[in-house]
Amino acid sequence: MTNTAISVSDLSKKYEDRLAVSHINFEVPLGTVCGFVGPNGSGKTTTMRMLLGLITPTTGQGHILGEPIEHPEKYLSRVGAMIEGPAFYPALSGYENLMVLAKLGGFPIERVQQLLDKVGLGDRGKSKFKTYSLGMKQRLGIAAALLPEPKLLMLDEPTNGLDPEGIQEVRALLRDLANEGTTVFVSSHLLSELEIISDYIVMLRKGEIVFAGPIGELMAQQQPTIIAKSLKKSDLKRIVKIAKEAGHHAVIRDDSVHVLADMKWAAVLNEAAFDAGITLAQLAPQLPNLEETFFEMTGDK
Amino acid sequence: MLNVVSAELRKLRRPTLFLGTMGAVVFFSGLFSALLYLLIDSPQGNADRGQAIGREVLSLASGGVQGFASVGGFLGIIALCVFAAQTAQEYTYGTLRNLLIRQPSRMKILAGKLISMMIFALVMIALSAIVSIGTSVILAPTVDVSTDLWFSAAGIELIYTTFVNVTISVVGFGVIGMVLGLLLRSPISAISFGVLWLLIVENLLVAVKNSSQYWLPGAQLSSIANGGAQLGTTAGIEYSQALLVGGIYVAVGAIVASVLFVRRDVAN
Repeated sequence: MTNTAISVSDLSKKYEDRLAVSHINFEVPLGTVCGFVGPNGSGKTTTMRMLLGLITPTTGQGHILGEPIEHPEKYLSRVGAMIEGPAFYPALSGYENLMVLAKLGGFPIERVQQLLDKVGLGDRGKSKFKTYSLGMKQRLGIAAALLPEPKLLMLDEPTNGLDPEGIQEVRALLRDLANEGTTVFVSSHLLSELEIISDYIVMLRKGEIVFAGPIGELMAQQQPTIIAKSLKKSDLKRIVKIAKEAGHHAVIRDDSVHVLADMKWAAVLNEAAFDAGITLAQLAPQLPNLEETFFEMTGDK
Repeated sequence: MLNVVSAELRKLRRPTLFLGTMGAVVFFSGLFSALLYLLIDSPQGNADRGQAIGREVLSLASGGVQGFASVGGFLGIIALCVFAAQTAQEYTYGTLRNLLIRQPSRMKILAGKLISMMIFALVMIALSAIVSIGTSVILAPTVDVSTDLWFSAAGIELIYTTFVNVTISVVGFGVIGMVLGLLLRSPISAISFGVLWLLIVENLLVAVKNSSQYWLPGAQLSSIANGGAQLGTTAGIEYSQALLVGGIYVAVGAIVASVLFVRRDVAN
C-alpha cells in the first residue's frame, strides 16, 4: 500500500503553444495538510484538474491514492474536491444541490443534512443557491467536497469570501480532517493561513515547481533577518555600514535597518552599535514568514 | 447509471421548469386541438400552414389524434429547448466538473442525462395526449363531428401509433437539442440556434425550394410526429423516409457530440 496521497512525475499540460504546467514532480504524503501556492496563472488549477481527470495531461504521470490519473474512476469515490470556486445550480436549494451530488455518487442521503449542519448552513439549506452570499456558497462547496467522506480532499481557494470567523472555522475543519487521517491538498492566496495549517508546501511559478516538501524544511532554508532601529534616524546609515563591513547584506526599510544575518549576530551588532555611540531603540531577529519566503523564492516582489 | 438518472431527475423536477413546461404543453395542446374544431368552417383552414381538415377526416378513426399529431412538432421544439438548456447549463454554471468528479464515466453522465430527459419528455407527451384527445372529445360534438370510430380497435391502435410517433419525433428533437448544447456549451446559443433553424431557416428553405423538405432534419422529425404523408399535414415526406433521414441526422449528431464530450477537456 502506498504512503503517498498524490504523486506526480513529469506532468505537463500544453494549450496550443502555451505550457500551462511544465514537467512538474512532487509527492504529498498521506494524512498531511499540503498547501499548494503560486501566483494567479501559475498552473495550480490546471494541475488540480489533471489530478481529478477533468483534463488530460500532455505528458507525464500522476497517481492519486496509488491509482493512475488515467483512471479517475478508480479513486474519485475516495476524493472530495472543490475546484475554482463553488459551482451549483442557482435555482435549486443548497439541500437539493447536495442531494443531486449525493444521488450521483451513491452516498447516503442522511449525510446531506449532517454536512449542511457541519458547515453552518443547517438553517439555510432550503434557500435557493442564488440567494447565498459568497461565504455561504463557499461553505456549500466544502460540504459537497466532504460528501464521500474523502481520504483526499482537494480544495481550491476554500476561504475565498469567508469572514475571519469563517476562515478560522475552515482552518479548524481542515486540521481536524487531517487529524482523522484525511489528506488535505489546499490552494490559497492567503499564505498566512497555509503557514498555520500546512505540513507540506508545493510552490508553483509559471507552471514550474519552485519548492515541494515539508514546510519546516522550506523555512529552515530561509535566512533570518535582524531588524535594527536606532534612536536617531540619522544613525541608520551607520548601522548599514557596520553590517556591510561584517559581510552581511543590509538595507534601510521604512525607519529600520534589515540585516540578513544569523540570529546570533544580533548581539554582535548591538555591541558594535554601542561602541560606535549609536543607541538602538529596537533589535529584533525575525524569521521570514511563508509569504516573504514565497516572494523571495518566486521573485515576484 | 441509475444514480445519474436519479440525480438528473431531481434537477428536472424543480417547479419552475417542470410546472412551467407542463403548463405550456397543456395550453398549446389544448389550443392546437381546439382550433381544429373551432375553425373547422374557416376558409383560412384549421390546421398547420392553412390546411383544412374537414368533418369527414375528423370523423375517421384517426380523427381523435389529429390534434395530438399536429402538436407533435411543437412538443419537439419544447423538448429541444429543455434538452439543450439542461445540457449546456452544466458548462455555463461550471457544474459539469462536479458531476464528473462524482461520476467520472462521461458516457454514463451523458446516457443518464438522456434517459432522464426522455422520462421528462414522456410525461410531457402523455400529458399532451390526454389534453389533446380530451379537448377533441369535448369539442367534436359541438361541430357535428362523430367520435364513434375514435375509440374503436382501429382508433385505439392509432392513438398508440401516434403516441409512439410523437415520442420518436420529440426524442429526436431533444437529442438535437442535446447535441447543440454540447457543441455550443451555452443554453442561449443552443436554443437560439435550434429554434431559429427549425422555425425560420427550414421554412425559408422549403419556401425557396420545396424539395429541400426531403432532407431537412426538422421537416423529417415533424413528419414522423404526423405519421408521415398519410396524415396529410406535411404532404410529400413518406414516414419511412422521414424515419431514415431523421434517424441519420440524430445518430450522426449524437455520435459526434458524444465523442467530443468524452474527449474534450473540462476547463471551465
